[in-house]
Amino acid sequence: MAEAEAESVVKLLGAWLSPYCYRVIWALKLKAIPYEYIEEDLSAKSPLLLQSNPVHKKVPVLIHDGKPISESTVILRYIEEIWPQNPLLPTDPYEKAVALFWIKFADDKSPSISKLYRSDGEEQQQAAKECWEMLEAMEEEGLMEGKKFFGGDEINMVDIAFCSVAHWLGVIQDFAGLKILEPHRFPKLSSWILNFKSVPMIKENLPDTDKMIALLKRRREMLLAAKSN
Amino acid sequence: MEGGVVLLDFWPSMFGMRVRIALAEKEIKYEYIEQDLRNKSDLLLQMNPVHKKIPVLVHNGKPICESLVQVQYIDEVWKNQAPLLPADPYKRATARFWADFVDKKMYDSGSRVWKTKGEEQEAAKKEFIGNLKLLEGELGDNLYFGGDGFGYVDVALVPFYCWFYAYEQCGNFSIEAECPKLIAWAKRCMQKESVAKSLADPEKVYGFLLQLKKAYGIE
Repeated sequence: MAEAEAESVVKLLGAWLSPYCYRVIWALKLKAIPYEYIEEDLSAKSPLLLQSNPVHKKVPVLIHDGKPISESTVILRYIEEIWPQNPLLPTDPYEKAVALFWIKFADDKSPSISKLYRSDGEEQQQAAKECWEMLEAMEEEGLMEGKKFFGGDEINMVDIAFCSVAHWLGVIQDFAGLKILEPHRFPKLSSWILNFKSVPMIKENLPDTDKMIALLKRRREMLLAAKSN
Repeated sequence: MEGGVVLLDFWPSMFGMRVRIALAEKEIKYEYIEQDLRNKSDLLLQMNPVHKKIPVLVHNGKPICESLVQVQYIDEVWKNQAPLLPADPYKRATARFWADFVDKKMYDSGSRVWKTKGEEQEAAKKEFIGNLKLLEGELGDNLYFGGDGFGYVDVALVPFYCWFYAYEQCGNFSIEAECPKLIAWAKRCMQKESVAKSLADPEKVYGFLLQLKKAYGIE
């Protein structure tokens, strides 16, 4: 293949377990943007990753025409501006501000979900409490009665931003033996999760649950062993 | 003309200051309502039920929460004056990245400087200065983070400047000695009326911080 043909205009550096990477994958696929996906080994970060995101050294990183963009929410906003087809944000400034509020909420609160498997004892209980409070806010203030998604009839950037709640929380809480996301307590949220994961583009692009559990188990063992040393 | 604008705020809040600066840059008239955070008003609880925090921007009776969301909203609605975000999408992404960096790093690392002592405080100071040096690197030789013009990242960061004196007193160090370019940038921003009017007096901030330390039971 000639070099010019092999060169992708859009590259995504990601890690298969990261919900933040899926946010970007879904946005690219929903807008039918062709891209080259490069899986990163986070225990041995590539020179490309370190060069593209020197500040945080994290995935996802989108590289568009050789220019890197880091932080999943920043990437989503960029994708929205460059490729406006199948819009993922409202055009009305007030509705957009409300959407951005919830996206920031998702960004700020989602780390509590991974804390559930990274900790034990009091720390884990605190993380569970934080998750519960996040779900409560989503149920009471975020989800409107009768609306299928945060985006209305179709998913938008807010739905995508809550990916950790939609998929990772269920897997992690089961793995950790915790009951946080209970359908009777969070009926609107539980409905939303079912609807969200039924969207074909989402359904076809979710990490395999068994693989997730195997990796979480290994990670948890390593983290807890490191703590006790 | 756009409708009524109200800002629920608390005078030493760096986050509130961001919004005050944006409103001043765009010459928007608004009603400022000081909030008592130990005794939160019904209005605040109603306008920000999720976080119960300031600042809250109310436009035409509808609330917007989160300071950077508010700044972006102001920039979008009053787009004909003093644009804060650049027009180019890649430059916008860069501006959002650095504003996000300020959000993620500055408040927490600054707080750790005054909340801790001894070795913990030394580590906190090192982290705080490290973050400022990264920002200095991004500023480079530009007048502002926005390039030649004052912009979004400048608005996001400059309110922390009025807290530097308090951090320095608590941590017994000089930020200017470590980051002279950044202090030069801050002083340049302070020459703008929108910034000078919006930032709190550093001595008053230090007095407030001492009260806060007492309340937290920190020496």
